[in-house]
Amino acid sequence: MENLETFRAEIGKWLEANCPPSMRKPLGSEEDVNWGGRNKVYTNPEEKLWLDRMAARGFTAPTWPKEYGGGGLSKPEARVLAEELRRLHCRPALNSFGLTMLGPVLLQYGNEEQKREHLPKIVRGEIRWCQGYSEPGAGSDLAGLQTRAEDKGDHYLVNGQKIWTSYANYADWIFCLVRTNPTAPKHDGISFLLFDMASPGVSVSPIKLISGSSPFCQTFFQDVRVPKKNLVGKVDGGWTIAKALLQHEREMIAGMGLGGGGGSAASLEQLAKEYCGSEGGRIADAAIRDSVAQHLMDTRCFVTSLRRSGDEAKSGQGPGAASSMFKLYGTELNKRRCELLVKVLGSQALGWEGAGFNPRELGTTREWLRSKGNSIEGGTSEVQLNVIAKRVLGLPD
Amino acid sequence: MSLALSEEQELLRNTAREFIAEHSPVKELRRLRDEQDPVGFSRPLWKQMAELGWASIVLPEDLGGAGLGYAELGIVLEECGRTLAATPLVATSLLGANAVLLGGNELQRKEILPAVAKGERILALALQEGSHHAPYAVATRAEASASGWRLTGRKSFVLDGHVADQIVVVARTSGSSGERDGLSLFLVPKAARGLEVTRTIMVDGRNAANLGFEGVELDRAALLGAEGRGADVLDRVLDLAAVGLSAEMLGTLAEAFERTIAYLKERKQFGVPIGSFQALKHRAANMFVEVELSRSIVLDALRAIDEGRADLPQLASIAKARVSDAIHLIGNEAVQMFGGIGVTDEEEIGLFLKRARVAELTLGDAAFHRARFAALAGF
Ligand SMILES: Cc1cc2nc3c(=O)[nH]c(=O)nc-3n(C[C@H](O)[C@H](O)[C@H](O)COP(=O)(O)OP(=O)(O)OC[C@H]3O[C@@H](n4cnc5c(N)ncnc54)[C@H](O)[C@@H]3O)c2cc1C
Ligand SMILES: Cc1cc2nc3c(=O)[nH]c(=O)nc-3n(C[C@H](O)[C@H](O)[C@H](O)COP(=O)(O)OP(=O)(O)OC[C@H]3O[C@@H](n4cnc5c(N)ncnc54)[C@H](O)[C@@H]3O)c2cc1C
Repeated sequence: MENLETFRAEIGKWLEANCPPSMRKPLGSEEDVNWGGRNKVYTNPEEKLWLDRMAARGFTAPTWPKEYGGGGLSKPEARVLAEELRRLHCRPALNSFGLTMLGPVLLQYGNEEQKREHLPKIVRGEIRWCQGYSEPGAGSDLAGLQTRAEDKGDHYLVNGQKIWTSYANYADWIFCLVRTNPTAPKHDGISFLLFDMASPGVSVSPIKLISGSSPFCQTFFQDVRVPKKNLVGKVDGGWTIAKALLQHEREMIAGMGLGGGGGSAASLEQLAKEYCGSEGGRIADAAIRDSVAQHLMDTRCFVTSLRRSGDEAKSGQGPGAASSMFKLYGTELNKRRCELLVKVLGSQALGWEGAGFNPRELGTTREWLRSKGNSIEGGTSEVQLNVIAKRVLGLPD
Repeated sequence: MSLALSEEQELLRNTAREFIAEHSPVKELRRLRDEQDPVGFSRPLWKQMAELGWASIVLPEDLGGAGLGYAELGIVLEECGRTLAATPLVATSLLGANAVLLGGNELQRKEILPAVAKGERILALALQEGSHHAPYAVATRAEASASGWRLTGRKSFVLDGHVADQIVVVARTSGSSGERDGLSLFLVPKAARGLEVTRTIMVDGRNAANLGFEGVELDRAALLGAEGRGADVLDRVLDLAAVGLSAEMLGTLAEAFERTIAYLKERKQFGVPIGSFQALKHRAANMFVEVELSRSIVLDALRAIDEGRADLPQLASIAKARVSDAIHLIGNEAVQMFGGIGVTDEEEIGLFLKRARVAELTLGDAAFHRARFAALAGF
């Protein structure tokens, strides 16, 4: 405990000294998120400086081993770091699928060469990764995927199509599920491959979302040659890795339940008073007041459950498939928050662009539309309910 | 404090579960109900529970208590909730004893609390006057008289009020109904002249009572705490009791849920277990999430008491609102999923639905606690 407090003091001082002023403001919009990568252009040099300083100490991946560029921190230390970052309003130095999804899986399933090759670059934000899981015919039925990888002796030849590949148009590398054995039962013929998006035969075309942005793409592979050393785990043994990665993905998405972005620093209750009027310090509309209270309570219950899950994991208890529960509840909670915000802002939440709406209002509209994807990406809510029913409750097929 | 149970707490849970399963299974509640037991719970059992220290887990040791925390009391309450055990824990230990502990003077504490700890004294709190929980909506009046106080008014939904040896009565010494100021607490003996007690038979098979005070004369020493400042004690007592009751409700809703899951696995229709139908699976999974969220917030609220956290009032309201919603949902879903058998008196699941509704309304339902939470949070 005492060590942790010393650590906190040291970290606090270091952050004070090293986090540049422009990195200590709330994110204004999605553009402010630093995803790193080969093609990242830094218009603000402080953004790069902040990333480099954090990466040099391994703080972008605080719990990864130092030998792979991580921070080598214990979980409690990493929590202290996160708390200090929050306390000082530091922006995340780096956001990346490499950090949240691929890295943990490589640490568990990758060979030594793969870890040394990829992990340090993830930590430093040099390579931006995308996730090649879904296909037009394989969404919820992920194991039904058809993209083929044929064994050509020294390499695999990959052919097929992926869809909903987030940021494929900006990504440097892809972690991709491919079918290596078309005759085996569907779960037993899948492999986990890594390859460079600049490889000949890879092409992407962006898809526009209802929120107006185009964060994801259709991704096509035509005779893409992938060196064999890029296979993670065993050939045909990719499903285990795929599922492990989904667990990490769900945990990451669950965090959305805590609400975030949107640039709305004002709280739900403040906005409700502002837009629905207040009487004697209370939100005037009784129904809205009840909904706001309910939402804050639900959020508190959710956060407390995350904490309990952590405490129980530490003492070796607790339900295994908790990530599905948190993914389900976190995303539904965020969707409810967005719906409630729209209700609170009334017609001011219905603007698309231009005059008559302030940036916060326009942000709320887009955030509301974006939130609809929360209960779809990373496995739909229905799929999470299936997982809970089957794995946690043991209900029969 | 960790939200995971310690080894000692696990041990306590196991002992409590075994004890309750043996001495107070659900069929015991059914027996009390069917025989219209005049007490409504088993006095010998309560005595035994007191010997195990359960009546006084959180009381200080010098008053005969075990000096443990609410984390431990919560475990016992949860296990009682699992079998719908009728006990005076809420009325006596949480409401009555806490009112004396927090509001009483040295004399009152020493006279009453050791007797509670031994299981020899039953207490109750008489607060509610209408059909809804509204702590300051008190019209019952206490006027200064020659000998002390004269009490006039009516109370409803007084848990264990028909068997309590002493009743803590919330009355108004000034102001008018709805105001927080002007409330005072009085200790009224069961035998007080002018006190009329009508036992009500509630849908859950447990006890509440209606009380009438027709100019009940009390001596000066009957005042519990400062005159007109009763709400200071009352607020705290209600928070503690709401958290404790939430723990009991957690046991009830978790048990109803687990019984339902077991039934979904065993009951066959269309040649397959009904638990294989996705329409039921998804509802079951949603119920599971409700159970887990309820458990987290109850554990945290219990620990907030032990840690003396300042946000206890908010937390007590979050916990009571959450478990009230969860137990409502699960009670209804459980009966529906049991099908025809679920609406029979013979099947125990219906008893859970009945208890669910009573517990939900006791000490404020979810809407009450949301409104209170909003007021505390300043919106
Ligand atoms: C914003 C966003 C970002 C994404 N990013 C990526 C990415 O980077 N990489 C990637 O590979 N994929 C990505 N995805 C794809 C995502 O994983 C899939 O959309 C998701 O798995 C659902 O598949 P689907 O869209 O094909 O829906 P479908 O599987 O066609 O489902 C349609 C509906 O049917 C329901 N349904 C399907 N099967 C069942 C069942 N068995 N029981 C009950 N209901 C069922 C679903 O719940 C849904 O409501 C992203 C998706 C979104 C929305
Ligand atoms: C008050 C009352 C009066 C009645 N009167 C009569 C009467 O006069 N004559 C008579 O013949 N019967 C009568 N019944 C019986 C009634 O028709 C059955 O109770 C009813 O059909 C349900 O069957 P069950 O009780 O066996 O439940 P089950 O079939 O065992 O159902 C248990 C649960 O599983 C669900 N379930 C079952 N199959 C599926 C499925 N395929 N998909 C999704 N969910 C499913 C059900 O909805 C229910 O929630 C009466 C029942 C009641 C409660």
